[in-house]
Formats: sequence, structure tokens, C-alpha cells
Amino acid sequence: MTRIVKYIFYDILRTRFILLYTAFLLVSTIALFQLDSDPGKVVMSLLNIVLMVAPLISIVFATIHFYNSYEFIELMLAQPVNRSVIFLSEYMAVAVSLCLAFIAGVGIPMLFYGAGSTGFTLLFCGVVLTLVFTSLAFLASVLTRDKAKAIGIALLFWFYFSLIYDGLLLWVVYTFSDYPLEKVTISLIALNPVDLARIIMLLRLDISALMGYTGAFYKDFLGSNAGAIASVGILLVWVIAPLAWARQIFSKKDL
Amino acid sequence: MLRLIIGSSYANTIVVDRAGKNKSIKRAIVSAQPGDTIRIKPGKYSEGNIMLEKPLVIIGENYPVLDGDHQYEIFTIHANHVTIQGLMFINIGVASINDLAAIKILDSKYLYIRNNRFENAFFGIHMSNSSQAWIENNTLQSNVKVEHQVGNGIHLWKCNHATISNNRIKGHRDGIYFEFVTNTLITGNRSEGNLRYGLHFMFSHNNEYRDNHFVNNGAGVAVMYTTGVKMINNTFEHNWGASSYGMLLKDIRDSHVKGNRFIQNSVGIFMEGSSRIEFTENTFSQNGYAVKLQASCDANNFNRNNFSGNTFDIATNGSLVLNKVNSNYWDRYEGYDLNKDNIGDIPYRPVSMYSMIVEEMPTAVLLWRSFLVFLLDRAEKAIPAITPENLKDDFPSMKPYDFDKAGK
Amino acid sequence: MISIKQVNKTFGKLHALNHVNLELTSGKSYALIGPNGSGKTTLMKSVLGLVVPTSGEIYFDGKLIARDWRYRDKIGYMPQIGRYPENMTIGQLIDMIKNIRQQDTLDEELIDAFKLYKMFDKRMHALSGGTRQKVSAALAFLFNTPVLILDEPTAGLDPVSVELLKEKIQDEKRRGKLLIITSHILSDLDELTTDVAYIYEGKLHYNNSIEALKAETGEKRLGKAIATMITQKQLIDSINA
Repeated sequence: MTRIVKYIFYDILRTRFILLYTAFLLVSTIALFQLDSDPGKVVMSLLNIVLMVAPLISIVFATIHFYNSYEFIELMLAQPVNRSVIFLSEYMAVAVSLCLAFIAGVGIPMLFYGAGSTGFTLLFCGVVLTLVFTSLAFLASVLTRDKAKAIGIALLFWFYFSLIYDGLLLWVVYTFSDYPLEKVTISLIALNPVDLARIIMLLRLDISALMGYTGAFYKDFLGSNAGAIASVGILLVWVIAPLAWARQIFSKKDL
Repeated sequence: MLRLIIGSSYANTIVVDRAGKNKSIKRAIVSAQPGDTIRIKPGKYSEGNIMLEKPLVIIGENYPVLDGDHQYEIFTIHANHVTIQGLMFINIGVASINDLAAIKILDSKYLYIRNNRFENAFFGIHMSNSSQAWIENNTLQSNVKVEHQVGNGIHLWKCNHATISNNRIKGHRDGIYFEFVTNTLITGNRSEGNLRYGLHFMFSHNNEYRDNHFVNNGAGVAVMYTTGVKMINNTFEHNWGASSYGMLLKDIRDSHVKGNRFIQNSVGIFMEGSSRIEFTENTFSQNGYAVKLQASCDANNFNRNNFSGNTFDIATNGSLVLNKVNSNYWDRYEGYDLNKDNIGDIPYRPVSMYSMIVEEMPTAVLLWRSFLVFLLDRAEKAIPAITPENLKDDFPSMKPYDFDKAGK
Repeated sequence: MISIKQVNKTFGKLHALNHVNLELTSGKSYALIGPNGSGKTTLMKSVLGLVVPTSGEIYFDGKLIARDWRYRDKIGYMPQIGRYPENMTIGQLIDMIKNIRQQDTLDEELIDAFKLYKMFDKRMHALSGGTRQKVSAALAFLFNTPVLILDEPTAGLDPVSVELLKEKIQDEKRRGKLLIITSHILSDLDELTTDVAYIYEGKLHYNNSIEALKAETGEKRLGKAIATMITQKQLIDSINA
């Protein structure tokens, strides 16, 4: 497996896209730190990168990469190599390179300017969302043979989790605003990794004081050990479930 | 020469010293004639409660310590013309029925409480039914962590014509507490890290608050049921928490709030049921909400204030707004100024759509900082639909006002 | 060595393989023939595990190949259109496959014969179709596998290279390997194969030795023999219908 990962990794580095992505993150992060002297506020601005940019880049890049690797995958499948190994190697290589790009691009300036433990949480959320959206990209890729269609599905995933889902959530809150919704919404939040990461981040920052009763309830729940473990667990499910499903489809896919 | 003769013939000085002839403050007071001075030498005095019922000047040298042994109130003053100066009060008794204080003043006039230190006083200075008092340069600090085990730093009830200046109050329940206090000047005080409010008053008309600093108090500053308040050049800073306000105004009328700085509060000013207040030349910077204006407020006027770096500039809970916000500087303003008169050519709407949604449905706060909210606010800016039509600044300033320069 | 039993494969409405039963035994060389789109490539890919049958089973050395992959150790595969990571050079590609298969004894005869050494640092996207075929062929024979599956091996090759490749196939055939070859050039198959399997619209219509086919049809050349066999079949079908 490591041999195959190595070859894919090498192939990804050749395209230079990952280097561009790293450079983009580096420049944006450094610019934010330069513009604002308060690290807490920079972390807040970086939250947008974590919640929007990292998932979008991850899912689009991973989908395109998967299609560009079709020849390689085909070649490997004619060799005495396990299908799952090929699939997971592809995932590993893509996910690791995207995560490294994110950690280098956002983490190094943070280390340099000092962002503390909230910075660490931010990095964690960014890495997890990268993994989640890479998984979703692989799912989109095995759902169809058509590259354009797959990119469409990938973008739809991104759009759904970044925007459409929140619209539905707002609708639920509006429709049932006469009922106590805290418990319901916290489970609804768990159904969207972007929202979950966002809430975890908001609660880490002291601006959660502005979130009133709902904020206090979430802080109580997610701040407890059980809540923290549960939220990390749910995020991991979001990484594993789409990937496992995609692997299942891939193992029966004709090439 | 004349003064000395008068002093020696009409007003004696009694020295109290642990190592000297007079060891007891209590006995010195009993033996003193009205108008005498009692000088207390350094040392520790544990004499329980000391009643003071004649005009006396009590001066400590190098802060002699008066210890309440966690049991007693120290001075109970019921006399006019009393001066308490240079003493250190520690360990006042904690009681749930009586408001035990380091210095309690009842039905008195002409009082000077100066340069004293208070450590772990239950109440620091507790004054009722009194007037013409000067409370100056005192330092009060309490280290208790629970609200019901500590009283207020400076507590006035039914008083008038007092001056509270340059005191530092830390760690009490309320730093400064007034009820039915009128015509009083509060200036140059620093009220910090108090468990509840830095300043708390009710039914206290026509007082002036100037150059005070309210920092990092549990719930900030709360003022209620009062008319004719003057708040000038105060600083409200770091009052951060789910139910903390830089300043909470409830049923305040006909008042002036001018030249104050509201910095890093979860809510800069929260107001309800308040009317006819002029807010001018205030700075609102880096607050969660700069101003939360409940629909029960009317005829308030925000003019020439600076708003910058706030998460929300103004939030309100109704669509009918009878207040004015004109000629302020808003850092979020994106308009233009074609005729270069420093006034933006299109109005600024300080209420964001999302803040309206949250007022309506508090649970919607869980969508904060999401892409959806960003888009909603953008859309609302382009086509206003939900935000109150008439809450807008028609003459937004293009540049922040420089109040420092104007003041000097 | 390879048993294909009741294999069906559908792509949507298209019935690519229809109840195919076929025994492929060691030492024989099979010509897989049929018109375009008849299911030849699908059948080959099914044996390789690249295509997963809708139903039916395929056994390799008596073991079910579904969910197995180790048996591919014993197969060398030359695809119809070789698709390779475009950024790699020929050298890197060959090294990578060697690295992945980790086999000590290598057969580099074709690499020498095609003089691929000279082009080792050429990138795959810069190669002509013919060179690409040479790379595919070299890779298929590289590991000296007991089974060789060759999909249109001579297509696109220059005449000299065609001869080199045919010689190589002949050699391997003589060594007793199991060969499965498709080609549109039936004269090539005449020399290279011992048996013939004819597929039409996903169905296996004929499976016998070339000798037997020639005897049945009374033709000397494979091409003629097959043409006759097809006309006979059509005639029978029309009568039955």
C-alpha cells in the first residue's frame, strides 16, 4: 500500500496544484495576521477559510484527481493488487496532501504569530473538514463515470452542506419557534459536518457570549467531556461513512 | 499662631497607640470632645464595633489596621462633621440580615471619608439618609468569589449632595450602588472586577457621572428608573458575558450620554423603556452588539458617535422605531461621497437582517457566521425587506470623529 | 485453468454477456472472435476482475475470483487501448509496475526487441499509438505469467514490430502457456491460436479447436472457415425462426 501511495503522492505533487493551494493559504493567513493584531479576530476571519474554502477546494480537487487517475487505477487493477488497497491509497494520498497543504498554509503562520489553543481547534476543524469533503469527493466520483457529472455532484454536496442545509435549518427553527428547539437543533447540527465544525469553533471563541441561551446550552453540552467526544466522533463518522460507501461501490465498479 | 492656640484650646488631639498610653480607639472616642482629632498610630486594632456619635476627625498614620475579625461592623457613624482618613479596614463580618460595613453612616451630614483602604469588607462604605459627603481616594478590594458573601463597595441609600471621587473598587458585589440618591457627582472612580455591577443605581435623579472607568464587571453597569442622568467621558470596557452589558439602561429618561467609550463589551448599551436620551460623541468599538435598542424606547437620539469593529452595530426587536440615528460614523458603511462634504450620499442601515431574525427566533443564533447568514445580510442590504425602514442614518459620516482633539 | 460459468453482464439495457460458459485450459491458445461490441473485451475484463459480472462465476485454478486478487499474479494483460498515467515516463512506468509486482524473474525480451530502452525518459502523453502498444506488450510479457490475455495485440504496430510480437507469442505458446487473444486480423490468429471461441451479441456461439472448425466447414483458412460457420448458423437460425 505504501508503494502505491508513494506513486500517487508523487503524481499529485507533479501537478503543482497542491503547492498553489498551500501558497494561497499562506498568503491569505499572513495577510489576515498583518491586517489585524488581535489573534482572536484573525482566527475568526480564518474560520471562513476553514468553513468555505477548504471544503470547496478539497472536494473539487479530489474529484478531478480521481478522474485524472483513472488510467492509473485501471493499470493497477490489472495487477495483483487488492481493489480496496488501490482505492484507499488514492484516498490517503489525496487527503494527506490536502491536509498537509492546509496545516502548512494556515498552521505555520499561526505558530509564527501565536494563536493559542483556539488556533489549534481551528486547525483540527480544517483538517477534519478536508477529510470529510475528500470522502464526499470520492463518493461523487464513484457514483458516476462522467467527470463533469461527478464534479457537478461534488459541487452539489458542497452547496448543500454550506448553504442549503442551513436554509432548511432556518426554516425548521422558524416553523417550530414556539417549541424548545435546543435538543432538536443540536442533533440537526450534527447532521452537517460544516455546521458542527462551525459551532465547535464559535464555542471556543469568547464571542459565544453573544449566543444567548442557545449558545449557553450548546456550550454546556459540547463543553462536557461526553459532548466533546461525541462531536469528534460524529465528525469522524462523517469522514468514514461516505468513504466506506464509496469503497463499497468501487469494489463492484466496472472499469 | 492663632490657629495653633485655637486648636490647642478648643480641639485636642488624642493619640492612640498600641505601644503607648491610649491603646483603644473606643476609649479615645469616649473621652474625646466634639471637634477633637484622634490620631491612630500604626498597629492592629480589634475592637469590634465602634460607635461614633460626635463630630470627630479620625486620622490614621501609615494605615493602622482596624480588624473586624470576620464578625463585626467597624465604624457606625451617627454624627455630623466626621472625618475618617488614612485607615485600613479588614475582615468585616458577613451577615445576611444586616448590611455590616467597614464604615456605616446613618442620618448624618458633612462627612469626609478619604484615603482609606478596605480589604475584604462585606460592605465598604454604607451611607443612608445622609448628605454633603465626600468619599475620596479610597481603595476597596474584596477577594470573595461568591456573590452573596460580599456586599457593595460604596453603597448609598436616600442620600443627596455627595461627591464620590477617585475611588478604586474591586471584587465587591456592586462597585457603586445608589438607591434614591440625588444631586451627586461621581467622578474619576475605577470600578473593576465586581461580581455583579460596576455601577448600579435606581431612582437616583440628577446625578453626574464623569471620567469613571468600569472594567470587567460581572454584568457591567445597570441603571434604572431614573431621570436626568449625565454620563460624560466614562469608559465601559471588557464587560463580557452572556448577560453582561457595558451599560444597561432601563426606564431612563431625559438624560445625556456623551463622550463615553464602550469597548469590548458583549453589549455596549442595552436599553429598554428609555426615552429622550441624547447619545453624542460616544465611541463604540469591538463590542458584540454596540447598541441593543428595544422597541419600547422612543425619542432617543444618537448623533455624532463612532461605531467601529462591532459584530452588530444596532439590534432591535420591532419594526416600529421612534429613535433617531443621524450623522454617526459607521465603519461598515459602504456608500460614497460624491460632493466630498464628508457625509455619505446614501443612508446607512445599522440593523442587520440576521440580528432581526435572532431577535425574533433566538435559536437562529446557531446559524451565526454561516454562509447563509452572510448571503442574507448581503441580500438585505441590496433590497431591504425585514429591517426597520426608518432606522437609518441619513447623514453617515465618511470618517470617524476625532473626539480627543475636539475635547482638548 | 479458467472456468467461466453462466456469466451474465448487463450495462443498463445492453446484455453484454449472456450466459457465457467457457473452459480455458492450460497449454491452449484461444482466439476470441466476434464483431465489434459483441462482448469480447467485456469477457476478458471479467476474467481480469476489471468488470464484475452481474451473475455467474469465474474460477481461476479452481478458485472463485470474485473478491480475490492474488490470482492476477499469474496473468499478463495487454489492453486494447493502453491507458497510462500521462505524466510518467516509460522508464518510470515500467519501474513502478515492477516495484508493485515485486517479482524476481523478469522477461525483458520485448523491451529489448522493441528497443524501448532508448525511449525510457519519454513521457507517456508524448507517445504515438504504436509505441504505446509496444509498452503495453512489453508490460504484459514482463512477468513471465502462465496466462496471457492479449486484446488486439497487433493493432497499430508497424510490420516489423508485428512480426516481433507474433514470434514472442509463438514462443510463449510453445512454452505451454494459456493464451487468450482477440484480433480482427484472422490470418494472425491462424498462426497463433489452437482454439476458437466465437461470441455474438454476448452469446458464445462456437467453441472448438481450429482443426475441428476447419474440418466442419471444409475450409483451409481460419477466416474462410469462420465466415462459412457464420453463414451456416444464420441459415439454421432463419429456418428455426
